[in-house]
Amino acid sequence: MSGATTTASRVLPPLGPTRELKLPKQAERRLGNGLTVIAVRRPAVPLVELRLGMPFGRVHPARAAMLAQTLLSGTTTLTGVQIAAELQKVGGGLSAGVDPDRLMLSGAGLVTGLDRMLELLAGVLTSAAYPADEVATERDRLVDRIQLAQCQPGHLARTALLKRIYGRHPYAVQTPTPDQVRAVRPSVLRKLHDERVHPTDAVLVLVGDVQPERALDAAEQALGGWNGAGQVVGLPATPPLEPGPLLLVDRPGSVQSSLRMALPAVPRTDPDHAALQLANLIFGGYFSSRWVENIREDKGYTYGPHSLVEHSAAGSVLLAAAEVATDVTGAALLETQYELGRLACVAPGAEELEQARQYALGTLQLGISTQAGLAALTSAYAGSGLRLDFLAEHAARLAKATVADVADAATQYLAPARAVTVVLGDAQRVAGQLGTLAEVVTEPAVP
Amino acid sequence: MRQRGRVRVERVSTTRRATIPATRYPVERLTLDNGLRVVLTPDRSAPVIGVAVVYDVGIRSEPEGRTGFAHLFEHLMFQGSENLEKLAHFRHVQGAGGTFNGSTHLDYTDYYETLPGNALERALFLEADRMRGPRLTEENLRNQVDVVKEEIRVNVLNRPYGGFPWLTLPPVLFDTFPNAHDGYGSFADLESATVADAADFFQHYYASGNAVLAVSGDIDVAEAVELVERHFGDVPARPAPVLPRFAEPDLAAERRVSYTDRLAPLPAVASAWRVPDPIGDFAGYLPYAVLAEVLTDGDAARLVERLVQRDRSVTSVGGYLGFMGDPFDVRDPTALLLQAHLPPDGDVDKVLQTMDEELDRLATDGLADGELARTQARMATHLLRDTDAVLGRALRMAVLEQQRGEPGLLNELPRLVGEVTEESVRAAAATLRPQRRATIEVLAGAEQ
Repeated sequence: MSGATTTASRVLPPLGPTRELKLPKQAERRLGNGLTVIAVRRPAVPLVELRLGMPFGRVHPARAAMLAQTLLSGTTTLTGVQIAAELQKVGGGLSAGVDPDRLMLSGAGLVTGLDRMLELLAGVLTSAAYPADEVATERDRLVDRIQLAQCQPGHLARTALLKRIYGRHPYAVQTPTPDQVRAVRPSVLRKLHDERVHPTDAVLVLVGDVQPERALDAAEQALGGWNGAGQVVGLPATPPLEPGPLLLVDRPGSVQSSLRMALPAVPRTDPDHAALQLANLIFGGYFSSRWVENIREDKGYTYGPHSLVEHSAAGSVLLAAAEVATDVTGAALLETQYELGRLACVAPGAEELEQARQYALGTLQLGISTQAGLAALTSAYAGSGLRLDFLAEHAARLAKATVADVADAATQYLAPARAVTVVLGDAQRVAGQLGTLAEVVTEPAVP
Repeated sequence: MRQRGRVRVERVSTTRRATIPATRYPVERLTLDNGLRVVLTPDRSAPVIGVAVVYDVGIRSEPEGRTGFAHLFEHLMFQGSENLEKLAHFRHVQGAGGTFNGSTHLDYTDYYETLPGNALERALFLEADRMRGPRLTEENLRNQVDVVKEEIRVNVLNRPYGGFPWLTLPPVLFDTFPNAHDGYGSFADLESATVADAADFFQHYYASGNAVLAVSGDIDVAEAVELVERHFGDVPARPAPVLPRFAEPDLAAERRVSYTDRLAPLPAVASAWRVPDPIGDFAGYLPYAVLAEVLTDGDAARLVERLVQRDRSVTSVGGYLGFMGDPFDVRDPTALLLQAHLPPDGDVDKVLQTMDEELDRLATDGLADGELARTQARMATHLLRDTDAVLGRALRMAVLEQQRGEPGLLNELPRLVGEVTEESVRAAAATLRPQRRATIEVLAGAEQ
């Protein structure tokens, strides 16, 4: 070692008194057309963040992706380039994205341009034109992007895992094929827009350097006339996980294996959720977890293993992911199963729980310390029918969870016997290793 | 002290434009007796803090035969230190409710934490402890070589366009080892690294006089100064090494290289042109930052409109300053980059030719009415948004202090960007000639 001095050892300073979790000022209004607007004040920088989420379940993935790709391509009065330029004038920008639950419009701009951004947003929502030329261009771009995704191991592994865990549920396929995209015509997008891009059950979140009531007024002024007609479509609950043979997806020549495991989980509002979150942290949900300390810091099998609880409208699932060296794929699976099993069978230590608890509570504070963080959390909560106040409730549950609660949650949700396991890698080199630990079914990578 | 934290700066202009606002984060600077420079920037809008320590050593300083060493050494700084066992750093930060990381750049290496405000002293203790000395052991070194190899496999070897263009374009634009080599490192170099190499590297570069500490967020300045003195005051004084010059002459003729990426489904291309010294000639450099955005930021930007929408000759196009996308924390020599992904039958020559045409048109005809102002307004939003995160302020200010002695420049950037003139953007565009261009082309090698 170098640079050392010979002084007596120093003692880690204690933490100061915990600073109370303070929620920012907020206001909410439901407009006559069914749109809910939530405004949150954080004046730190003179900007405003915008998130508009609309329920978008059961839309065919190709149509959903194409609608998001072309929603901003022009209205009856402005071209796509004009929309972008007008937004830029007030330091703004908008982008659209979809997942199996929601269509989401996101953006940020100078707060002085809030009214203009909302006006342009309203124009897109009420009179998006899906011009044939732009749709054709964006169709090709989307096809290219899908082809690129199909060369990414992470995407291929997730695709295989979703298919395996969701079976016939709409969540099973989330990326369309190029051919499906090529078949989407402008008329289909216009019809889809008429049916599904409407304010009923949509939530607009505005966060920034603006008084909440003033933001609500601005939103009402711009979006009050957005037509409320349209369908509301529900999603069936996700099916329970069915553990079975390990699915090995062959990617010849892969220099790493993508290890994925799915385990059961519960929604944010479930009484078990806080304990499950803590159990997940102890297992693999943060750097100081057993899994990371084992397969990265002790054994060097991987760079960044991680596990998290993913919440969707129709159900929640715990996902664990690691990219591991090909030669140690079996060994990495062994350690993963061991760490899951150890937590499921043996209660964690009090100190270990306390560390995870502090992390969970501290990162809640960090998460709401920026405009963008507040916007993301408010919008995600709203998607589950929750409001920012839930943060305080969740913090209280995290603070209360006992070792026994967390041990119970681990037994119920983290047991390796309940896991669905998918590995994407070079089957010739890893099938034998994996076969020592589990029954293995191999199939080729299908984009 | 409670800071509102910003003022509006009114601008006078002949075209309609959004007023470019500014922040007014306060800045306190001090230097300890051991040479450690300290920047404090209080902001009590949220009960969180950012702590960053930046060492003035990066990829460009690693020795020949030791590619990737600066990054490998960054990993070793997390493996325990004078009073901390392996894993202790992670546990102490996260057990205080915080997050941490480090990253290696061309000219510096940073280490940082974001934490609830009650963990300030703990964070200072942790950073001071490893500034005194990391635990450099054979076991930790071998473990982290393995981890770094997996990092390289994830980010470069096992994915399409890995290292494009940040690792593949510098060797085309530059000739000398510091500027041209692979900063992630070859496996052979990584495997041959020794504990003695690491000890030397620490001794030479990780000196108190070669570091900047920045603390941002919910702090009281007087209390923070006292805590900084308490924990860093007795870090042994070592002077900064002489800052090397990495200057190289500009290209005299166009350079172009291509390679096949066996995982890439579609062709891609990136070009780089040298730009003025970001520090020695900041006024000459800023117009290039604006130019990159005029060309590529959003659907109304010139190259996006032309190449993506009109010609459909590319799928996406991007432009930025610095190989690591770091316009304001890199030293000379650096570059403006334009990169594009092409459709399956894409023609790289045609794309490059169109880019030349658009640069010509910009240099000759100038900008459209309002084009510059809207680009500057959007840039202001991006800059302000980055500073909203408490850690963003600590990191940026630490590097601005280290490279320029001017952490308060962070407050000025939106305004300075807003003052860049049309004339200077046109002049910048006029320098991006084909004969000064280095180009790397990716040939698609994946089966369709």
